[in-house]
Amino acid sequence: MTGPFGRDDVQKIAGLAKLRLTDAEAERFAGQFAAILGHLEKLRAVDTEGVAPLDHPLPLTDVLRDDVAVRGLSRYEALCRAPDMTSDSFRVPKVGGDIEG
Amino acid sequence: MSAPGRKPFHHMTAREIAGGVRSGAFTAKSVAKHFLDRVKKHDPKLHAFLAVDPDVTQVHAARVDQAVAAGRDPGPLAGVPVALKDNLCIRGLPTTCASKILEGWRPPYDADAVTKLLAAGAVPLGKTNLDEFAMGSSTENSAFGPTRNPWDLTRVPGGSSGGSAAAVGAGLAPLGLGSDTGGSIRQPAALCGIVGAMGTYGRVSRRGLVAFGSSLDRIGPLARNAADAALLLSVMSGGDAGDATTLREAPPDWAAAASAGVAGLRIGVLRSEIASDADVTARQDAALDALRAAGAAIVEVTLPHAGHAIAVYYLVAPSEASSNLARFDAVRYGLRVPADDLASMTSGSREQGFGPEVKRRILLGTFALSAGYSDAFYEKALRVRRLIANDFAAAFASCDVVVCPTSPFPAFPLGSKADDPLAMYLCDVFATPASLAGLPALSAPAGATPSGLPVGLQVVAPALREDQMFRVAGALETAFGPAPLPEAYR
Repeated sequence: MTGPFGRDDVQKIAGLAKLRLTDAEAERFAGQFAAILGHLEKLRAVDTEGVAPLDHPLPLTDVLRDDVAVRGLSRYEALCRAPDMTSDSFRVPKVGGDIEG
Repeated sequence: MSAPGRKPFHHMTAREIAGGVRSGAFTAKSVAKHFLDRVKKHDPKLHAFLAVDPDVTQVHAARVDQAVAAGRDPGPLAGVPVALKDNLCIRGLPTTCASKILEGWRPPYDADAVTKLLAAGAVPLGKTNLDEFAMGSSTENSAFGPTRNPWDLTRVPGGSSGGSAAAVGAGLAPLGLGSDTGGSIRQPAALCGIVGAMGTYGRVSRRGLVAFGSSLDRIGPLARNAADAALLLSVMSGGDAGDATTLREAPPDWAAAASAGVAGLRIGVLRSEIASDADVTARQDAALDALRAAGAAIVEVTLPHAGHAIAVYYLVAPSEASSNLARFDAVRYGLRVPADDLASMTSGSREQGFGPEVKRRILLGTFALSAGYSDAFYEKALRVRRLIANDFAAAFASCDVVVCPTSPFPAFPLGSKADDPLAMYLCDVFATPASLAGLPALSAPAGATPSGLPVGLQVVAPALREDQMFRVAGALETAFGPAPLPEAYR
């Protein structure tokens, strides 16, 4: 991070994360992130020239299961925990309104 | 409850309980009742459990007793009650992750580890408290209130598997399951005076463990002795088609390793700039003396990049968490705060449903992955992650295990780090290197400070060599005696 980490920066990230924050929360997080990112930035000093990223501890190769149909959750099981549903779908309020063209 | 001449069930090992149930000396139902009674008596003070349903426990116990009566062997964990961390799915009980966003949610399937446990005859005792979504080192981040340390009720049990650790530490359950992403089994085990272990990444399927950091998450045992922990890990290990990252190798008999001794084993003591409390260092020195006396060779090793593990971990884990927790969108399950449009419904539900630490990590991870910053933060962290893994590989050229304190300090007072997230993150300074490298590791009891707080020694082994870490844990038990119960719980 270059420069100070302010309340507006926190709100911008919160928007990306689909997380509503009060301004008081954003203010508090901004102060905490300054300390945390200060610690994390120490990584910059580590020489990683020629070092490949390690995104997973195992040397994984694609594992394909046999192409056999298996039973998943029933429609009832998938729907019955939803906060709002019909007999065959999840129900949500209108989509859009905030979507930019 | 105990018959004349028989020690009470909470003084038995899990293997002794299973042996008695298998032979018909006592029933799984009587064992279940004993531990349910202990939970009822002691848990109001500890708050280790979030959900206990005696009917669920007793039905599973009855199933085991029926098998014995029919002449079938219920398995190596016959009738042994197990406390399950509440981020592991089991049908019949809620899975909340100690979060308001999942309050009351009941999973439609069992975690693979739970399926394997039940197939081995284990009996679920209840769901235990944790830091919300396993994010924390004290169990204070639970939306349902903190758990307390059985050795001192004014102190934390560690975290995030603090509920399972406190339950096993107080003898409310012979065994517990936890999950470890950056120390969440090992550190609470150390602070509660018990054994906590995780196998090589991929030994235990993650199916049915609510995801936090997928390249780091591991399910593992909490137990009062090394052989019980080894047995529980063996039972849960093995391939699962439901998690493509599980290892196919059949697990060896790690319980036998716990009594194999350490003669000829080369133990690499981590030389570190990170300062531990003097009491912790003193217990590590005592442990090393005991291991040397038991025939181990002690050498010194360094992990030059381990000092960066906290920074790497707190970029990698939140990045993965920000992606994993995107599924809590108020559509398919969990809390919904009604709103006029979908976007407001999702962001408002996440605001109400997630606690402050979860929000911090989602924001930190979203930032570390965002355009313009991901090279400098996320990618950089992954490169240093490889350097840490390389450090271990180099160290294992001269030793069979690496040891260091599990935690730089014993259990700390509730509230003492709650307002300082960075101070809380630094609890994991010794635990995160093995997490990032995917190596098996455990915490074994190494005695107590002069004021009576437990201290743990961490043992890290090369990939697939869990036997070596269990040998060390077993040797410490031989030297120091079985892990004691706190006086109020004897």
